Amino acid sequence: MATLNINGRNHDVQVEAQTPLLWVLREQVGLTGTKYGCGVAQCGACSVHINGEARRSCITPVGSVKPADRIVTIEGLSPTSSHPIQKAWLEHDVPQCGYCQSGQIMAASALLAKNGNPSDKDIDAAMTNICRCGTYQRIRAAIHTAVRTKA
Amino acid sequence: MKTAAKQPNLSRRKFMVATAAASGGLALGFSLPFGADLAQAQAPLAASPEVNAWVVIKPDDTVVIRIARTEMGQGTLTGIAQLVAEELECDWKKVTTEMVTPGQNLARKRVWGDMATGGSRGIRGSEVYTRAGGAAARMMLLQAAADEWKVPVGELTVSESVIRHAGSNRMTTYGKVSAAAAKIAPPDPKTIKLKPYTQWKIAGKPVKRLDTAPKLNGSKIYAIDLKFPGMLNAAVKSCEVFGGKLVSFDDAKVAKMAGVKRVVKVDDATVAVVADTWWHAKTALDALPIVWDEGEGAKASSATIAKNLESGLTSNDAFADTTIGDTMKALAAAPKKIEAVYSTPFLSHATMEPMTCTAKITADRAEAWVPTQNGDQALAALSETAGIPLDKCEVYKMDPGGGFGRRVTIPDYVHKAVNIARQFPGIHVKMIWSREEDQMHGFYRPISQARMAGAIDAQGNLQALHIRVSGQSINAFSNPAAIKDGKDVRQLQGLWKEPGDAQFGYTVPNLQIEYAMRNSHVPVGPWRGVNTNQNGIYLECFMDELAKAAGKDPVEFRRTLMQKHPKHLGVLNAVAEKSGWGRPLPAGVHRGVAVFMGYASYSAAVAEVSVSPKSEVKVHRMVIATDCGNVVNPDQIAAQTDGAVAMGLSALFFNEITIDKGRVVETNFHNYRILQLADMPKVESVLAPTHDFWGGVGEPTICVVAPAVMNAIFAATGKPVRHLPIKNQKLV
Repeated sequence: MATLNINGRNHDVQVEAQTPLLWVLREQVGLTGTKYGCGVAQCGACSVHINGEARRSCITPVGSVKPADRIVTIEGLSPTSSHPIQKAWLEHDVPQCGYCQSGQIMAASALLAKNGNPSDKDIDAAMTNICRCGTYQRIRAAIHTAVRTKA
Repeated sequence: MKTAAKQPNLSRRKFMVATAAASGGLALGFSLPFGADLAQAQAPLAASPEVNAWVVIKPDDTVVIRIARTEMGQGTLTGIAQLVAEELECDWKKVTTEMVTPGQNLARKRVWGDMATGGSRGIRGSEVYTRAGGAAARMMLLQAAADEWKVPVGELTVSESVIRHAGSNRMTTYGKVSAAAAKIAPPDPKTIKLKPYTQWKIAGKPVKRLDTAPKLNGSKIYAIDLKFPGMLNAAVKSCEVFGGKLVSFDDAKVAKMAGVKRVVKVDDATVAVVADTWWHAKTALDALPIVWDEGEGAKASSATIAKNLESGLTSNDAFADTTIGDTMKALAAAPKKIEAVYSTPFLSHATMEPMTCTAKITADRAEAWVPTQNGDQALAALSETAGIPLDKCEVYKMDPGGGFGRRVTIPDYVHKAVNIARQFPGIHVKMIWSREEDQMHGFYRPISQARMAGAIDAQGNLQALHIRVSGQSINAFSNPAAIKDGKDVRQLQGLWKEPGDAQFGYTVPNLQIEYAMRNSHVPVGPWRGVNTNQNGIYLECFMDELAKAAGKDPVEFRRTLMQKHPKHLGVLNAVAEKSGWGRPLPAGVHRGVAVFMGYASYSAAVAEVSVSPKSEVKVHRMVIATDCGNVVNPDQIAAQTDGAVAMGLSALFFNEITIDKGRVVETNFHNYRILQLADMPKVESVLAPTHDFWGGVGEPTICVVAPAVMNAIFAATGKPVRHLPIKNQKLV
């Protein structure tokens, strides 16, 4: 049993404490925008925000999340898909297959929240999520665009 | 291994027989899409009546364009919609799409043609009938307006879904006449004239993709995301050694674990735990005691496989696909002879969404939700495995989270999911492979080696070239019938003498190109670009070794040899110009070039690279020129070029599937490293279309990525790079 604050709402879930947050989100709460890619925190498809930080939910035991921790998933990033990162992603037509993009967007939005004008080196360091389709060039361009439009 | 290889062939045969029976002997053939017998059709997909199989127009002028090919990121959905809309003359802002199902296609005599999406054929393989479908719909809509107004149809004009009659100053819209148009007989195919590309307004333009929005907010449902009332979840494990068998499992040990419903045998090499959630299933599977018979395959390793391939470099069992002049004599007599051996490893596809499939089987109906590149084949696999006739089966295609060839040849994951679901009749069962399962049970890019020899005369001209490729055959594994007289030309893709698809682009007076088949127990299959990857590396890197021996600039050396291959030469010239070949570079930065052909398209790349004294390679910039004939969406070609660079560089720098005790060593991304954003160079896509053919886009460019970078490293260090991946190699 755990109480989780997800996208501003409290959810009580019946689940073993060692269950990864990823699978609680997907299978208990029904939020499938957060994706399974590797299960070992290598690919970042499972990225969510916990108290504003990008975290890899596939290795985050749900028992380590406190009731007061604020979890934000891709579904809760913006009620109208109008976060500057989402708008920039649309403008640059970033996604190909799209499977990793929830994680990419969560990583990029966490970066932007901390660093209002990231350099290319900052982007290199923060954006370690894998995209097998190879959308990296557009991700970089879209982050720069989001910086310009969020003002 | 043989068992696994036979399954798809049985499926294919059965499917062809069944299809022929259902369609009155049409089998897999089809001509134009509007020849279908609508009386036999299933209920239309959209609520409004269709104008024809490709087009539904709603009263509010919304245009629904039907898509049969798979959208797995490559942009084919948008491209096909552009082609239909171009001929339809509709308002692009009101275009939406819907995917047709394999069952509907079968019921309608394959009205939507081939659903398979591989070989970069999504657009080039359907452009004629999709454009004709759009044009036919336009003709019917105009005829409906002409009938209503009682004027000759030739007096009408149409633009962006608005029909006008100048003589009577009347206008209407597609939405208002679509119901009447649906009742009009389709035009004679001979009367359909397709627009020349010079008149295109929607096709050929960098319009935005139609499928982006739901990929930005988590609302897009992939196969792995499906939920059904009462659904169960399955985690599977197959024998780690290819060809091994499942002997037994001790289900009592996990029966009381949380959520577990049952442990089931899936096939002779696979066991599944079925539980309320996938996490519960996976947790129990990890705890399940399983006894395997690993079989003969357990004796194999990368070393034994490499040794087998080495024997093929000099053996007498090779066949020559190209023999021009007397290459052996010319090499023996050459004043300067260059020789080299190259190698490339097995590679996994590593799609971001691992293999997954949901199935529901009852006594008289079978349904499956499949992220497939090959809907027809998924339907055949469902029917065969469920033992339910094709017309009682349906596959709902889910847009895959990456394909790259993994989901096109053998529907192994459909067979497994259906075998599980059969044991839970009437219940949706969703099977998900762990990343480890996915990495260890793929159809890998075939391993190969090449022995290259070239002769340079006193004037620095290439007099002779001998290429011997030794390696595993995809056809031998999955489609032996494609090997004619023991000669598997597919493994020489890109080195073929025939024009049109993947032609060797140089004229050499003495030329011999050979293949020696050397198979292993490892399953192999098509991997984005297939054999153009390996052969592109062998040929194009060796060309730079020859150019250096001849004392010539790599671009000039190629130009001389490409005079009889103007399209190869065209992309070489385009990339040389746009990259600034020959102009000064910053200190420490070096260039490399490569040219190759595949999937009917021509590609050339220039890489700008620096190499540190510690062998660290930085790729700064890549310019890639493509001639794919006609261009449907330049922005999506640029996106595919980006993708080819990312995947090609991952393979060059990091990726190899190695084998120890018969099984895959690289089980997850920690030891199968994928290129990240920080490693991505600046990529410039250069279009050099000649407009007189239709070539592919998704695969052709990847084969020039690695050799261009390898040649730049050669230019930087003076040492040729001959073996992939280059991680852990001393380059300097």
